Amino acid sequence: MKLSRSARITLGTLTAVVLLFIYVPLLLVVINSFNGDRSFGWPPRSFTLEWWSRAFQSEGVREAIATSLWVALISTAISLVLGTLLALALQRHDFFGKDVINLLVILPIALPGIVTGIALNNLFTTVLGVSLSLWTVIIAHATFCMVTVFNNAIARLRRTNSSFEEASSDLGAGIFTTFRLVTLPQLRSALVAGGLLAFALSFDEIIVTTFTIGAGQQTLPVWILNNLFRPNQAPVVNVVAVVLIIASVVPVWLAQRLSGDAIGTTRSRKKASPGITKASSTAR
Amino acid sequence: MTSAAMPQTSRRKTAPAGPAIRLVGLSKRFGETTAVDSVDLEIRSGEFFSMLGPSGSGKTTVLRLIAGFELPTAGVIELDGKDVSARAPFERDVNTVFQDYALFPHMSLIENVAYGLRVRGVAKAVRRQRAAEALEQVQLGSFLDRRPSQLSGGQRQRVALARALVVRPKVLLLDEPLGALDLKLRQQMQVELKELQQELGITFIFVTHDQEEALTMSDRIGVFNKGRIEQVGTPEEIYERPNGPFVANFVGTSNIFPGTLGRSLYGRDDRFSVRPERIQLRPLPPEGPGTGIALTVTALVYLGHATQVRGTLPDGTTAVALIPVTAGRGGEFAVGQPAVLSWNRQDVVWLPPAS
Repeated sequence: MKLSRSARITLGTLTAVVLLFIYVPLLLVVINSFNGDRSFGWPPRSFTLEWWSRAFQSEGVREAIATSLWVALISTAISLVLGTLLALALQRHDFFGKDVINLLVILPIALPGIVTGIALNNLFTTVLGVSLSLWTVIIAHATFCMVTVFNNAIARLRRTNSSFEEASSDLGAGIFTTFRLVTLPQLRSALVAGGLLAFALSFDEIIVTTFTIGAGQQTLPVWILNNLFRPNQAPVVNVVAVVLIIASVVPVWLAQRLSGDAIGTTRSRKKASPGITKASSTAR
Repeated sequence: MTSAAMPQTSRRKTAPAGPAIRLVGLSKRFGETTAVDSVDLEIRSGEFFSMLGPSGSGKTTVLRLIAGFELPTAGVIELDGKDVSARAPFERDVNTVFQDYALFPHMSLIENVAYGLRVRGVAKAVRRQRAAEALEQVQLGSFLDRRPSQLSGGQRQRVALARALVVRPKVLLLDEPLGALDLKLRQQMQVELKELQQELGITFIFVTHDQEEALTMSDRIGVFNKGRIEQVGTPEEIYERPNGPFVANFVGTSNIFPGTLGRSLYGRDDRFSVRPERIQLRPLPPEGPGTGIALTVTALVYLGHATQVRGTLPDGTTAVALIPVTAGRGGEFAVGQPAVLSWNRQDVVWLPPAS
């Protein structure tokens, strides 16, 4: 599409403004984490690493990081297992109510966090009567982290030919062997991408977490919220925010690179496509 | 594929008694559509059997039912006398060469071919040895570590064949394996496949929509139409004695003449067919058609080895005749001009009344 000069200038300016609004504040946080002035006077007059060392020496921060990592890792692991199984069931098999289940699985990512939070809080405390803990946070996170794994896995399964699985079965492999030797290698990069996204989602989640976390426990975002308005903690909060930025951006960036397609399979799929199209058109 | 192909497979020269595969009342429905409709069929041990039919005739579904990828809605599948109808694909002693070959893209050729041995727990050294031999025999011995994506269509086809045969199946199922190849390669592979099958003595079940392919390669052919088998027989029987208008038309082209003509010529009310190459055609002599039938030429198609002459009979029936180039008479006919058809009595094939 050819755009006129004025349209290009307008769109370019808009893009620049939007990107500035997103990234300038982030940059500010990063700079302020090194700002020597305790009240963040602008422009910064001196540079210091004090806040960084204070942050790493803080028991509260270290515990919060460890908690967030633990929660993110376990909920990602649960999401990987359940998301893959769901994707396999919904893509490779036909059964009654399939479309409904498909929708129900994706829905949690669209639900407002506050709704998920309140609903799960009610379920855990009043219906099930379990006390809130890190495990309730993990379960809560898994409900929506699962979706990113599921979406990545099902997109990959749609593109890979199910005759690979038939061929494996035909050659004598049972269901689990076929999954291990044929299906999983095809899914691997999609699962890594989905898992990284799930990790990033869980690591910086706060709304659902505040409703499902036990008393006295803190994930990193919860720690930030609790310390944001304590004047003597403000510089440390900046440091923690920078850590959060890095912990979220890196997985997403990696995921985006991986979910495109694994290098090498793109080429083979392109080459094989005439055969595949033919197979599907004359299959029955 | 030379005569030493796949030495691992024991040579079963002559067919033992009992069919390799028996289908009894086999049906498969997908929702509202009936893909396979109560098929009964016996495939003999060691024979090259082709399932021939147009797209959607159910031949591929029958193959998938035999392999176990689909479970029948009704009926029984017997393999070597044992009912395997409900068994999973990995519990059946048949192997498949897929239409798109389905070579695992993340494995090298040798890993692909060794796969069936690997999942059977054959030791690594042994299975690599056997896979390398199998690839050697399909002339891909120097490509062991290549990926399928680096191969041409014909080479992939050979890998798929080696991968299916290395596990020594009783029956090999081939789902239009030559469909993606160009004409020259296809003809070469037809010969090689047939030779290979005779070498190994394994039952081959070959699905194709190409009647010429089926006629060239098969010991017997089953012609499929709308989920049913129209006729089973040797290529000669199928071609020379089609049992109905579908087979007559699908296997080669045929002229199908109406019962009224049958009555006036032979005193019999049935429809009959005559192959185009058995028809003699000459320009209309001034004294009239004589014993032949008058026809108006509507089209001349030059085929290289022959000229196809199409025309219309006075009652509207269309007819096709092949004039060989050696006869050198294509020039005698012109579109819109009259001509005379005739044929020998023994070339008439009577067709049963349309049901």
